[in-house]
Amino acid sequence: MQISWFLQKIQFCLENCNLSQTFHFSDTGVGKSSIVWRFVEDSFDPNINPTIGASFMTKTVQYQNELHKFLIWDTAGQERFRALAPMYYRGSAAAIIVYDITKEETFSTLKNWVKELRQHGPPNIVVAIAGNKCDLNDVREVMEKDAKDYADSIHAIFVETSAKNAININELFIEISRRIPSTDTNPPSSGKGFKLRRQPSVTKRSCC
Amino acid sequence: MAADVHKKKSWEVPNGSLAPGDGQHAERSESPTPGLAQGTEPGAGQEGAMFVHTRSYEDLTSPEDGAAVARSPEERRGEPAEQSSMEQISKDFSELSTQLTGIALDLEEEMRPGKEGKLEPSPQTNRRDSVLSGKEEEDVTMDAWRMHRKHVFVLSEAGKPVYSRYGSEEALSSTMGVMMALVSFLEAEKNAIRSIHADGYKVVFVRRSPLVLVAVARTQQSEQEIAHELLYIYYQILSLLTWTQLNHIFQQKQNYDLRRLLAGSERITDNLLDLMAHDPSFLMGAVRCLPLAASVRDAVSSSLQQAKAKSLVFSILLSGNQLVSLVRKKDQFLHPIDLHLLFNLISSSSSFREGEAWTPICLPKFNSSGFFHAHISYLEQEMDLCLLLVSTDREDFFTVSDCKRRFQERLRRRGVHHALQEALRTPFYSVAQVGIPDLRHFIYKSKSSGLFTSPEIEAPYVQEEEKERLLGLYQYLHSRAHNSSRPLKNIYFTGPRENLLAWVTNAFELYVCYSPLGTKAGAINAVNKLMKWIRKEEDRLFILTPQTY
Repeated sequence: MQISWFLQKIQFCLENCNLSQTFHFSDTGVGKSSIVWRFVEDSFDPNINPTIGASFMTKTVQYQNELHKFLIWDTAGQERFRALAPMYYRGSAAAIIVYDITKEETFSTLKNWVKELRQHGPPNIVVAIAGNKCDLNDVREVMEKDAKDYADSIHAIFVETSAKNAININELFIEISRRIPSTDTNPPSSGKGFKLRRQPSVTKRSCC
Repeated sequence: MAADVHKKKSWEVPNGSLAPGDGQHAERSESPTPGLAQGTEPGAGQEGAMFVHTRSYEDLTSPEDGAAVARSPEERRGEPAEQSSMEQISKDFSELSTQLTGIALDLEEEMRPGKEGKLEPSPQTNRRDSVLSGKEEEDVTMDAWRMHRKHVFVLSEAGKPVYSRYGSEEALSSTMGVMMALVSFLEAEKNAIRSIHADGYKVVFVRRSPLVLVAVARTQQSEQEIAHELLYIYYQILSLLTWTQLNHIFQQKQNYDLRRLLAGSERITDNLLDLMAHDPSFLMGAVRCLPLAASVRDAVSSSLQQAKAKSLVFSILLSGNQLVSLVRKKDQFLHPIDLHLLFNLISSSSSFREGEAWTPICLPKFNSSGFFHAHISYLEQEMDLCLLLVSTDREDFFTVSDCKRRFQERLRRRGVHHALQEALRTPFYSVAQVGIPDLRHFIYKSKSSGLFTSPEIEAPYVQEEEKERLLGLYQYLHSRAHNSSRPLKNIYFTGPRENLLAWVTNAFELYVCYSPLGTKAGAINAVNKLMKWIRKEEDRLFILTPQTY
């Protein structure tokens, strides 16, 4: 069986994760880190601290007959770090933009991120929109249909997820991996890509 | 800056030997005496110091707007190479980015006229998030709020709230307005308010343009010490923004709401205040090392040293708030305050536990105008061992990440992994090891190395309040010993529950706590025995041979 190593650098652009101080007792921002944790470690920590700067994680998954390796940047949502975003999305193959279905304003910030990615991001970047916290349907503020229509209008992947209940997390990443063109046909450009291509040998050693 | 609360003190040091030792330690004496020269005391580094030399907390008050750490002339005398290395530093670090990002750019955009409507960020962006900061906001009208032992407030010169330790800033905006009014009222008279003492409270003001920091405390600390803590808070804010950016923002817009940029960092500041209440590192202006056999530490240090990269300036391995090893670029010294801020950053968030973090950070005492980029990761999930790699290049993540991998590989190859794990199991030693019956606890600081050692706090200081009371006693002795108008060298303090002794020389500082039943003569005898013990154990308790790349 032929196994090819793919490198996919996925970036999480997050909108501002400042939550309004409503009656909400939920302990996270929109839940970017929770989504990554669920995907990488298959765990969920309700008391997760806000990310500082950015956090880098990797995860290898088998998709059909290929191993796909995700290099994931989980970036902080705070305003202070906002201008660092280009550093992460510059070399990325995909971006997941997360909003919180229980907070209308997080969906508006999301649109700004999409705009920024379209203007300054890599031309072929795959954009995925994740409406997190779909377990909190009772306090929903963003209608699934509105978000879906918006996502379709910009040709983005759309799912509603719940990191807490592990809903649609793996599906989200599989869909991304399906959409990213394989590295053979579309090699990453510039020196950045070279650096990435060296990565597999490194990881192979550490995971065996 | 006419309003500086503390003017830089003129420090008359009799022999002027404050410079770090130059490595001539052939005469390391067996039994230390008061006349011990700096650099030969137990714990002094054998090959020069790791840290910028500090004189306890007075050093905090030096200006931070220079390109590098301000040093007094007498310090410079001991370092002929200083001038050139300083030039090198400014050359190396001129490339550090001043701005995090496009923040300043965003600001400018926002401040353009005709965009008034957008100036005020939406309320939800601004509000301190109880969820994010992990604690419920308190009602500031309640008695419970008033009963806190120490309140800390930060405001801008326009009187806008920036931070409050307890309660939401909004609810306190009128209180902060009064504080600012007090400050400006006295300033109009070309004067500066330093503190108000009333009804068992001390209200201490520290002015660091464009910020004003105020503490309202019911603790036993001196005004000077409270001001010292406020300065730490100020440096904490600088570490997130840089001095340059902070000033730039307020020059552009005097009534800018800084909470917007600091959002999510309240937890870090809260943690710093809590840490200062029970960790003597801040009081001593020094760093504590994890007790570790010298051979193991050397192996760790050389593994760190070999895993270098061009952009790396400091490689730091720490456990809890104790230093395991520090390797630095030649000629670059870290300031203990900067290291404390790094320790605090790491201990304040569990988010570093997973993956590899990459975050911009300003080390205000090293260079308050630029950001370093720190790679932060735990070596193993269940081991409390955190590696911090400080780089000058924000694009260098993968290179630095590779340094971590190389370091771990070397560590494994040298077989010290197990010994390290063993040492981590007992991160503190017991005072019983010294073998002095009346001895309860002590703090010993080597001035030339900037390191201190201290045993675990044991019975009767079991409860949190008791521990804080003990630290309070040390604070009291420290403030007496370092009183700017009447410094003391020896203090013997007899209290109802314990006796304490302080001994401050040019080379070291020692604070000892005895049971209340001992005598003064016994205490002095014990000090000699204790000093011998520290000398005997120094290679385990201190880092004697710091490494450079």
